[in-house]
Amino acid sequence: MTVFGVPTQALFGQLLIGLINGAFYALLSLGLSVIFGLLNIINFAHGAQYMMGAFVAYFALQWTGLGYWPSLLLAPVVVGLFGIVLERTMLKRLYQLDHLYGLLLTFGVALVVQGLFRNEFGSSGLPYTAPPQLTGGYNLGFMFLPTYRAWVVVFSVVVCFATWYVIERTKLGAYLRAATENPTLVQAFGINVPRMITLTYGFGVALAALAGVLAAPIYQVNPLMGADLIIVVFAVVVIGGLGSIMGSIVTGFGLGVIEGFTKVFYPEASNTVIFVIMALVLLVRPAGLFGRTT
Amino acid sequence: MNVLRIVTLVAALAVAAVPAHAQISDGVIKIGIMNDQSGTYADLAGPGSVVAAKMAIEDFGAAKKGMKVEVLVADHQNKPDVGSSIARQWFDADKVDVIVDVPTSSVVLAVNQIAREKNKALIVSTGATSDLTGPQCSPNAIHWTYDTWSLANGTGSAVVKTGGDTWFFLTADYKFGHDLERDTEAVVVKNGGKVVGKVRHPFPNADFSSFLLQAQSSKAKVIGLANAGADTTNAIKQGAEFGIVKGGQQFAGLLVFLTDVHALGLEKAQGLLLTESFYWDLNDRTRAFSTKFAERHRQAKPTMAQAGVYSAVLHYLKAVEALKSDDGPKVIAKMKELPTDDPVFGKGMVRADGRKIHPVYLFEVKKPSESKGPWDYYKVRATVPAEQAFRPMDQGHCPLVKK
Repeated sequence: MTVFGVPTQALFGQLLIGLINGAFYALLSLGLSVIFGLLNIINFAHGAQYMMGAFVAYFALQWTGLGYWPSLLLAPVVVGLFGIVLERTMLKRLYQLDHLYGLLLTFGVALVVQGLFRNEFGSSGLPYTAPPQLTGGYNLGFMFLPTYRAWVVVFSVVVCFATWYVIERTKLGAYLRAATENPTLVQAFGINVPRMITLTYGFGVALAALAGVLAAPIYQVNPLMGADLIIVVFAVVVIGGLGSIMGSIVTGFGLGVIEGFTKVFYPEASNTVIFVIMALVLLVRPAGLFGRTT
Repeated sequence: MNVLRIVTLVAALAVAAVPAHAQISDGVIKIGIMNDQSGTYADLAGPGSVVAAKMAIEDFGAAKKGMKVEVLVADHQNKPDVGSSIARQWFDADKVDVIVDVPTSSVVLAVNQIAREKNKALIVSTGATSDLTGPQCSPNAIHWTYDTWSLANGTGSAVVKTGGDTWFFLTADYKFGHDLERDTEAVVVKNGGKVVGKVRHPFPNADFSSFLLQAQSSKAKVIGLANAGADTTNAIKQGAEFGIVKGGQQFAGLLVFLTDVHALGLEKAQGLLLTESFYWDLNDRTRAFSTKFAERHRQAKPTMAQAGVYSAVLHYLKAVEALKSDDGPKVIAKMKELPTDDPVFGKGMVRADGRKIHPVYLFEVKKPSESKGPWDYYKVRATVPAEQAFRPMDQGHCPLVKK
């Protein structure tokens, strides 16, 4: 059986691949959405922080022999701390100003960080292998599924929905959402709003670093690995609706699948298709698919 | 974002300000190294090419001979429009005499037009398109280190002859990839092989899983990688993940540089066949040159692209010295007239169509157990003599060699 000249078996494979790539989009756009939704900062350093996560995993292995599993915890903590320092020293001065200032600052930080890493480690990347428990794969009949890719999908789905649950369904999440609506009032109830905002930024950055560790065994650990990805992820966030948690998760996975199919039917367009969709969505629903117009 | 970054470095050579030769324009020979300083091709050429050019100027002894030579550096970001505007600025405002290196075939052909229009010189080391000595050949340009035809001829024919007779191409979707695919397909078909499919991926591209799946289901024996740099390393790395090699298929890296193998690690790269015109461990001269280079470039051995820049700049300066002029097409003509000799390629020559010829090697990447340490990666499988390594002049359709 074939669909437009492509065997259905191959399509199943591409569907799965699309979901896997979508997992990265979802994790990264989730972090961006959390930061934008609660801090009103467009975090352009997200790609650089994703790259730093992968590098922390690499350093941990090279310098201390710490493997993949500890890095899954270590890298988000280390890079999250970097984010907290960044927020405390620089970003917090910009909350009252236009979005553009936050964007410019984080973009500048991203360029500096990427430049430093490139200067030190070159541009062709460093090798990092998957842990032995996750190598190999399964033959699903219609495709060969590497164990590691299956792990990526499962793990990121869990992280995404846990984050969604915490923000939308718990008391802590309610405080966070209230603090974005009216920080003065929430502070009047005795909640330390600035500290909460700092920790939220740290958490968003940690999500980027986590995605970086997940990516390290798949791509080369490369100073530029986040630079190209971040543009696509921003498109994902815009399509989903800026600041919408569920929107970024669903569009992340969805666009991964659409991109996957484009790679079969018209591969030349696979790096533009997301932007075409973005343009269409903005024409019809300027606030994004899941966004609310305020 | 796209700020044109021009870092001007001056190779401080003329210690005593010797009066310049009257025929050298402005009294200074200005060499512009244009390449990718920050992106996917930065490690295989990039700053290393600048180091190589400076070494050539020193080894030539420009200072002692009273010649003033300056090196300018620019980042073309692999974009033809950026490359073109740098070339125009260099030729018009900065009085650059020759542009050297230039990776990314689409940029090469754009700059080639401008060099011709401005009557300046262009020597390409890292760029690959064989059209530069074919339909697009010019009296102002020389193609120095390798080209898509020589790569196809080296790796393509070797793989087909060892039984790899059905091919699937993963091709970078721009001029270089298209040319490399075209030249390799011709070699495969000529040797009795068959191309069963191809897919053109965006450049640059990080995730190859979808394309690898297509290659896998094509059942081709060989997956030809008509791409370069990080695209190639990512494809090979992810190919291992998807069990391509375990499943009985084989990768043919059609353009793999030493830095790519270094980045992949021998565990993943072992057994890969590849074609290059230079490797640091070929003989005493290449070893001596490469040791000196490594001391000045983060302990990294030179790639063929960087070594090619050294060889090209050295020969350019010899021609300028012999001619006592830095006039673009005249120097290029002189370079074709003089035989070449340097530590990188040994003795060689430049043909009338602008093709520099020298032997080309088919290498196999060593197993981790065979390697003595970092950068000890290749063993020679075959040597293609200079006369057979490049496309015969009568097949290139270069207007310069029409009878």
